[in-house]
Amino acid sequence: MTTTLDHPSYNLKVVRQFTIMTVIWGIVGTLVGVLIAAQLIWPALNFDTPWLTYSRLRPLHTNAVIFAFGTSALFATSYYVVQRTCKTALFGGKLAAFTFWGWQAVIVLAVITLPLGYTSSKEYAELEWPIDILIALVWVSYIIVFFGTLVKRKVSHIYVANWFFGGFILTVAVLHIGNSMVIPVSMLKSYSIYSGAIDAMMQWWYGHNAVGFLLTAGFLGMMYYFVPKQAERPVYSYRLSIVHFWALISLYIWAGPHHLHYTALPDWAQSVGMVMSIVLFLPSWGGMINGIMTLSGAWHKLRHDPILRFLIVSLSFYGMSTFEGPMMAIKSVNALSHYTDWTVGHVHSGALGWVAMVSIGALYHLIPVLYNQGRMYSIRLINVHFWLHTTGVVLYIVAMWISGVMQGLMWRAVNTDGTLTYSFVESLTASYPFYFIRFVGGVLVVAGFVLMAYNMFKTIGAKDESLKPVEVA
Amino acid sequence: MSSFWSIWITVLTLGTLVLMYLILRMCLKNFAGVKEGDPTGHSYDGIEELNNPPPKWWSTFFFLTIIWGFGYLLLYPGLGNFQGLLGWKSSNQGVLNLAESKASAEQAKAAGKLVQYDREVAAADEKYGPIFQAYAAQSIETLATDEEALKVGQRLFLQNCSQCHGSDARGTTGFPDLTDDDWLYGGDPKTIKDSIMHGRKANGMMAWSAALGGEQGVKEVAAFVLSLSGRDVDVQAAKAGEAKFAMCAACHGSEGKGSAEMGIALGAPNLTDNIWLYGGSQRAVETSIANGRAGVMPAWQHILGEEKVHVISAYVYSLSQK
Repeated sequence: MTTTLDHPSYNLKVVRQFTIMTVIWGIVGTLVGVLIAAQLIWPALNFDTPWLTYSRLRPLHTNAVIFAFGTSALFATSYYVVQRTCKTALFGGKLAAFTFWGWQAVIVLAVITLPLGYTSSKEYAELEWPIDILIALVWVSYIIVFFGTLVKRKVSHIYVANWFFGGFILTVAVLHIGNSMVIPVSMLKSYSIYSGAIDAMMQWWYGHNAVGFLLTAGFLGMMYYFVPKQAERPVYSYRLSIVHFWALISLYIWAGPHHLHYTALPDWAQSVGMVMSIVLFLPSWGGMINGIMTLSGAWHKLRHDPILRFLIVSLSFYGMSTFEGPMMAIKSVNALSHYTDWTVGHVHSGALGWVAMVSIGALYHLIPVLYNQGRMYSIRLINVHFWLHTTGVVLYIVAMWISGVMQGLMWRAVNTDGTLTYSFVESLTASYPFYFIRFVGGVLVVAGFVLMAYNMFKTIGAKDESLKPVEVA
Repeated sequence: MSSFWSIWITVLTLGTLVLMYLILRMCLKNFAGVKEGDPTGHSYDGIEELNNPPPKWWSTFFFLTIIWGFGYLLLYPGLGNFQGLLGWKSSNQGVLNLAESKASAEQAKAAGKLVQYDREVAAADEKYGPIFQAYAAQSIETLATDEEALKVGQRLFLQNCSQCHGSDARGTTGFPDLTDDDWLYGGDPKTIKDSIMHGRKANGMMAWSAALGGEQGVKEVAAFVLSLSGRDVDVQAAKAGEAKFAMCAACHGSEGKGSAEMGIALGAPNLTDNIWLYGGSQRAVETSIANGRAGVMPAWQHILGEEKVHVISAYVYSLSQK
């Protein structure tokens, strides 16, 4: 599994920087998540301070996991993969370093402004306009570095991982700039230039494609390099990768309206959003099939390689949540699931199951390569991390499924006189046991990340080439 | 929408679906120039790709969802201004207010073309209407002794009123307690029903700070007001406040017993019963006097209809009859 560095001029410094920060932000993001999960059970945990209230920490949690953890992982792996598969160093000289420092600055600013209560109030786009401008600058630099590297590649074709990375990078720029158009009224307050249902539609066009492009396409790019690499098997189907790539990026961009079923959004937009979401189901699964089938003939490797286990289980969660998503986009299913914990469970089966696990697997592959080692400091700890994380995710998702379906059913239950059977607070009381299970699941996930950080720093600190790859009989 | 945008949406939507079909068809054919199942010959950092076709079940399912997509858009609104063959609509989306919504529903009813929302409301009315009609035929006093009716009223209260008045109807700062016998507008059945039906908008207590000559005057009046309910106050200050209370008497009455006592619907609270809508601490009363107060209760007749309001009135009335 070692991958020697056959090209010493690659810019690996920026990859190392992003890799380390991915793990650190992973701990921070999930820790804030655990805190707000605990607040839902024990509200006193906001300690009566405005800075620690749920309403301010929740956006901090989502920003930290999506943009600090997830996006740092994408920066690290895309910079690594594009260099190796194009056989050329990163384009743009110091621009890559700017994307690192610029992006970390964005995150630090988020960590400061969100608890202070500065927010645009748009979900996943809460940061105020000066930070939005910095994001746009960093992102345009990212485009220049990534596509510049593609242009100067030393191989004739572009590898499928890079299609997905490229698609994600370009679209996120369009989404971010499109949704963040505001009129500033002060340094830290602005108002959207869109209003009413149009504002809502812009927001969910952005919001859903943050999921579709950042959290799906980007991580599929990661998957397409690290799964075949770790399994040491060829990609199952080149033709499947073509059809599912083009279908995925063409269809995802339409799917936003399914977040606005049964609202003031016009019927036609709701219908189109639902149709495209359902047609999207099979193209989404294309990535899972290609990843899992890549392992055919190498299934035995799962027995002793916890890294491969992370990658393959991540694909299973990916398959599960991309089946669940189109189902929830059906209006009559949505009527039950919307506004309940089911949505929260769905998001986390994607975020913790797919995004986090594929990133963790990729990083365990990547860290030894970056630091000139044959393997991670401890394979055993990777295995422990795998079981902690998997158990945590399963507890989390199952708790939210039960809680969500229960809430949906309680909210719509009516008496013989047509009045609602339950008041809202009764459905909340009924959810408490599941909130507790979710909290326990979250603690396991954080514990896993802490182990990962320990393992990573031990690997980095080890003497050059002292960690020899494990030979498997 | 204009026909330009209608065509724009239609072309892009159908075009995307057609494109999906074309890409699928292209990738079902072996265009890679090598035998199926063989490596394509590309190698990226050691990663090879096989020229396998997409799995048959996968491409079949994908094809079927595309067909289904065309079918759905044929039946339901989706392609711009095209309403779909079923003529289904979720709601009357052109309406701007409740009156327009009602008019539009009447119109649709007359034409026999109800939208989904109106269909569901009509079905609920048909099913549950008789129950509430039967309740409406009885007086509020009678209903207030009917266990079943009170349960229905309580459920309606929990879903519509508890957000402000609390699950136990005991209110909170700014929202009256409905379980005591202190009423801003009167606690007889008819007045309670009036309050719910049409809502209440307190004329509003003005800010008295300036008129009372600033902080000192406010403190004095507050002392007097607190003394009305027998609270221990600075007697000197209360005496000075009493002289100024004449200004307050216009609404609260010369004895401070509130506007309801005088039979006027001003919403000026009784100041003698030690029940405080905005808090009864010295500080809170001073704030009320200095800055004024105004409460609003929304009208429910158009939201719930008179029959349901009737049952809620009985429940609310029953709370203070124990």
